[in-house]
Formats: sequence, C-alpha cells, structure tokens
Amino acid sequence: MSVEEMVKDIPQLQEQEQDREESEGEPETEYYGDSQSKGGYVFYRDRKEWADLEPVPQDDGPNPVVKIAYSEKFSDVYDYFRALLKNDEKSERAFELTADAIDLNAANYTVWHYRRVLLQALKKDLHEELRYITAIIEDQPKNYQVWHHRRMVVEWLQEPSKELNFIADILSQDAKNYHAWQHRQWVIQEYKLWDGELEYVEQLLEEDVRNNSAWNQRHFVISHTTGYSDPAVLAREVQYSLEQIKKAPHNESAWSYLKGILQDRGLSTYNGLLEQLLEMQSSFSSPYMTAFLVDIYEDLLESASGSQEDTLKKALELCELLATKEDTIRREYWRYVGRSMQSKYGAREEAGEPSLAEPKEKAEDD
Amino acid sequence: MEEEVTQLRCFREYHKSELFKDDGVETVTSVEQKKVEGTIQQVLSAYLQNHKIPQPELLRDQHCAYLKRGLRHLSDAYECLDASRPWLCYWILHSLELLDKPVPTSISSDVCQFLARCQCPTGGFAGGPGQQAHLAPTYAAVNALCIIGTEEAYSVIDRQKLLEFLYSVKQPDGSFVMHVGGEVDVRSAYCAASVASLTNIITSTLFAGTPGWIVSCQNWEGGLGGVPGLEAHGGYTFCGMAAMVILGKEDMLDLRTLLRWVASRQMRFEGGFQGRCNKLVDGCYSLWQAGLLPLLHRALYKEGELALSQASWMFEQQALQEYILLCCQNPAGGLLDKPGKSRDFYHTCYCLSGLSVAQHFGGRDVHLELVIGKDDNRLVCYAFSSDRETSGEKLENFSKPVKRDLPPHVCKALFKDNLTGKSHL
Repeated sequence: MSVEEMVKDIPQLQEQEQDREESEGEPETEYYGDSQSKGGYVFYRDRKEWADLEPVPQDDGPNPVVKIAYSEKFSDVYDYFRALLKNDEKSERAFELTADAIDLNAANYTVWHYRRVLLQALKKDLHEELRYITAIIEDQPKNYQVWHHRRMVVEWLQEPSKELNFIADILSQDAKNYHAWQHRQWVIQEYKLWDGELEYVEQLLEEDVRNNSAWNQRHFVISHTTGYSDPAVLAREVQYSLEQIKKAPHNESAWSYLKGILQDRGLSTYNGLLEQLLEMQSSFSSPYMTAFLVDIYEDLLESASGSQEDTLKKALELCELLATKEDTIRREYWRYVGRSMQSKYGAREEAGEPSLAEPKEKAEDD
Repeated sequence: MEEEVTQLRCFREYHKSELFKDDGVETVTSVEQKKVEGTIQQVLSAYLQNHKIPQPELLRDQHCAYLKRGLRHLSDAYECLDASRPWLCYWILHSLELLDKPVPTSISSDVCQFLARCQCPTGGFAGGPGQQAHLAPTYAAVNALCIIGTEEAYSVIDRQKLLEFLYSVKQPDGSFVMHVGGEVDVRSAYCAASVASLTNIITSTLFAGTPGWIVSCQNWEGGLGGVPGLEAHGGYTFCGMAAMVILGKEDMLDLRTLLRWVASRQMRFEGGFQGRCNKLVDGCYSLWQAGLLPLLHRALYKEGELALSQASWMFEQQALQEYILLCCQNPAGGLLDKPGKSRDFYHTCYCLSGLSVAQHFGGRDVHLELVIGKDDNRLVCYAFSSDRETSGEKLENFSKPVKRDLPPHVCKALFKDNLTGKSHL
C-alpha cells in the first residue's frame, strides 16, 4: 500500500502531505546572517542578548478557532516580535528580527510596516535594503507586501534606475506576473521612463504573441505617449494587430486589442476594415473573426449608416452562428446580443414585442 | 445509456472540437493551455471509466468534515496565512453556509470572541490578534460575523471605530489603501463598501470620488484592473463591480463591454473561467467571474434592458457546474483550482460560491434551478438579493447594523466574496 493510499482516510494528513509536496524543494535562501542555517539555529528565547525581553505569546483566547499549529521556530520569532511591538523598540536587533519574521511569513504586513519604521528610525542603508528586497521578491514574486515594500524603498531613494531591469528579470520567469506589471507601470509613470518601453513590449510579444499582459502594456504606453488620435499611430497599430491576427487567428488578445483601440471611435469608422476582414474570413476564420464582424455591424447600425435591414440581418445571422456553432459556450450571451439588436434596430412592427418570455432552453441545443 | 452520457456537456461527441487551436504557433501560453486541457481530458475519461452512468456528485460529507476541522485546527502549512485568519473564518463559515450546514452555537461564539481579538483599538480588524488593521481581514471578519448573525456577533463590531478606520485609509482621489502605509487597489473599495453598508455607517463623504476612481479602472478590454492602467482581471473586476452596485453607481461603468469581457472568460473546453485573457482556468473564478453575471443582469435590468433572458444567466451554467464537480473536488474533502492542485479553504469557498451561482437563476419574482448531477448537489441559493438591501432602509439610521430577518443567504446583497489578503495573482 502506498503512502498516498494510507493517508487517504486521514484528511488532515493528506493535506499536510499535499501542502508539503508543494513547499518542498525550496532552497533555504540565506541573505542575512547564518542564524537560519538548520545546523546552528538558536531560538530567540535561548539567545542571551535577548534575555532582557519578555516574549509575548499570541492571545488567541481560551477557545481558539482556525488555530494554526505553528512550528516552534515560528512561535518563538513571533513571540519576540510581539514583545518588540509592545515596547515600540527601535533597535538593530529588532530590525534583524523582522527579517526572520518575514522569512517565516512574508505576507505579514504588520511586520513589513514595522520594518519600514525601523529603516527610517535607524537610518538604515536603503541601497542594502533594495538588495534585500530584490532577493525576497525573486523568491516570492506573487506576494503583495514585498512589491509594496520595494516601491517604498525606491520612493525614499528616488532611484528608479534598477527597476526596469529588475522587473524584466522577474517577467522573464513569469511574463504575466500581475504585481510585476503593476510595479512596472508605477515606475514608468512616476519617473517618466517611457522610452524604450514599446520596444520592450514588442520583444515580449515576439516571444509570446498571446501574452495579454504585454498587449495591455502596449496600450498603456501608447495611450500615455502619442495617444491613438494620431492617424499614423492608429494605422500602425491596426496594421500591427492584423499582422498578429494573421499569424495566429485564434489568439484572442490580438482581436481584443484591435477592438479596444477602435471601439471609442466606432469600429465601422475605420476605413476599409470591414472589407479587409471579410476578405480574410476564408483563410483566417475563428469565432473572434465572427464576433468582430458582429461588432462592426452593430456599430454600423448604431451610427445609422447604410442599409439598416441588411446589416441587421447579417448581424443576427452571425449571432446565431456563434450561439449554435462557433462559440456555443457563450450561447446565452450571443442570444442576448441578437435579441438586443433586434429590439433596438429591428423594424418598428417587429420590434413591438421584445421576447421577454423565453422558454427555458434545453440542455442540448441542435 | 447513451443519452445519459451525453446529457453532460463535457462528454458530448463534439466537445473535442473545443480544444485550443494554436494555429501552428507554439508559445508558452498555448503550451500551458494545452497541458491543462490534456489533464482535464484525463480526468474526464477516468470519470467515464469509473462511472457507467455519469452523475456528478458533490462530496458534501467530505467537504463538511474538512471545513469543520479547519475551523478549529490547521496544520503548520497555514503559517503563510497567519496574517489572514479572519479570512479562514470567513471562507469556512461561508462554505458551510452554502452547504446548509449550521455551525453549532458554541463554535460560533468562539469565532465571535476570536474575531473580537482581531479587532483593533483604532478600528477595523487585523489578520490576527495583535496585528494592524487591514481592509481585507476587516471585510472577512465583518462578513463572517454577519453569517453568524447573532446578537453576540453583531455586537463585536465597533461601528464608530470602524468608520474612523475607513476614513483613515481613504485617499483624496477616491481610492482606499488596504491598510495605513499600504497599497491601493480596487479590492479596498469593495472591502470598504461591503463593511460600511452591512454595518450601516455610510456617510455622505465616505465614498466621495470612489465611483469615479473605480470607473477609471475599467480598461480597453472591458474588464477592470487593480489600479488604472492594469490588465483586466476577474478578481479586481468583481470587486469593482460589486462596490459600484453597493454604492448604487453601477451605471457609470460601461456595462456592455464589461459583459462582453466576462462572458469571454469562460473556457470553451474546460467550462470553468479564467482570470484574464489567455490565462488558465481556475476554480476560484467560478465566483469572481461567473458571479459578475448576476450583477450585470440586474444592472442592465435596472437600465431598462428588455432583451435579458428570464431563464438563465449569460454564461454556460451547466458547463461551470461540470467543471467544478468533475475537476475541482478533492475526494478527501475541499475544492481546488484545477486538477493537480492542492485543496485549500479559499478555493473551497469560491468553487462552492460559483457552484451556487450556476445552480440558481432569479431575481425578485423568479427562481429557476439547474442542478447538474445528483439532486443533493443543490447548494443554498445565494445569487440574488432581497431588495431590502437596495432600498433606502440601510441609510436611514446608524443605530444598528442591518439585520436580516430573512435567512442570511437570501438577504445577502451580492456575492460578498472577494480577494484575500494573500495574493492569488
């Protein structure tokens, strides 16, 4: 009988098993001091230089809930952290302890806040802190607190010079890390580091044309620099989008970007786009193509240009095609779009009774 | 027998045609997506082999056991959530609520006392006793107390101090930081709006500028990012939209592009939802994303939209249920992101919440159920509000928190769930 089978009936063990599986294999990162190396670790309660401080156990009350089975190391560090907090101690040893506390739980925002207080009170070297936070983020790039801390340090230093490279390094490991992109946008906007960003975006899109975060960054850069009102810029962007679409017609990001940059102006106002897409339809077909055509038709109807009846008919046909064949997962949505267009743009006689009392649809359609 | 098999969408003949098409262009995104689809295929075919007649079953007993134990004890694997303990209370209590498993009064009372210890002298709640106040555990604590719904629970909340705390994190541009000296993002607006409305402490200035700020988070994709400029993301979109609904300003958003964006987030093969375009399915988006559809339905209805369905939300309810039931359950209890991932209380909470949304359609006068699999899979309906929440009642007096004389699960205004203090990005 395997271990898995043995633990199957013991939920909490299985959870530990699973959870350990996930956290195993992480190297012990040592940036500061070697008090953490397994061989030589000494609890704070046994350190003579801490003997003057009375540790403060956590006050969970007599009947605790969601009680975590902290390791001895965890309890020890946090008992002393609470003691420091209680005394509002602002010392070097307090500063060092925060690193231990962070190592045990980097999501403890109270510890981070305290560390920042100490950084200022002790006038610590912020460049060293930047090196520290760099290492922590590399290790735990999906944590809110570490990025916020980095931002604070960069702000205090007024030194963004390392940021773009650092973030690029994080993105090279996970090109869609939301915190990384957030930090990147903040740095660029705050310190006006727009130069070269569009090139960076293009590089990322060459690596993965489906990277939606990169498409978003593209929009971010352009809308904050040249804007899309410049016809040359718009033409370039439309051209770029269509090129990417042709390379991978099922890449949703390229389609949504194309729509995104044209929707405020009106999809139907971009000269020749409808014709171009209709031509592309046979070789570059996809549900996104069909949906885009619906959107253009809808815009034509909205701006009341051209033959309304004919356009509406085409649009409704495509909605039905999407609902029944090409995009059935969104059947309810496309049906709604069809009904909505019908009621809004349909001939007056037909539009008299919007279809409210829709019978519940069968599970199997078609 | 054939019929029964194909009753489930994921076992239909043409389901394979929904597999991702990479157009011969392989990138990290397409490779990852195909890997997940491969895993799902394995799970589905294993299920078919083991079940002659597919009838997905919600493992109620196992989930309850997992939840009840977690409410008392958690392994040291949970050290990383030591600054999110009110969240653990909330995720567990809400899950039990959905499963219609009442928590004995002794435990509820213990939860009340624990949360009282998490409350800060300066107002708001912290991630644990002795920590600093933060909007996320504040949200979790207040909502957990409202689930308990006893006098003891309501009396834990120091409303005056809570109001002071909210003012202390309010920013001039209408946004809120998550805690003093902390970061801004749209979660905070939702946390603030939720607790303020539940405890009846909304003043005329508390949310000044907030709707405008939230609107600025809506981007070119139609969804909302965490702060203006960022990529549209399910968790943040839920928070933004829900906050706007609570503040009565949902019509300031472009509802139709939002609708298009969220409807597009349902995965055609997996049936579950992704958090962002071109990313992977995850069970928790069953709430953050699917939960937007009832909100949008009501918002559009309020706007006078006549074309709304009277039978269904604008997403594939059956497909989502199948994904959750067949791919997101741990046989030992608890739910999860996707096959291969570990269970946790966060995913348990939001998978169940999403399952409830997918099972119940309705509004003021209508309630239609679509329960996939065993009838016993039916969860408590949580998808739509009593209109008392939207009436002016809650603004009238400050003396007591809004008490619900209807069962809590009917009175909840919205999907109260939201982002955790722990990053899920």
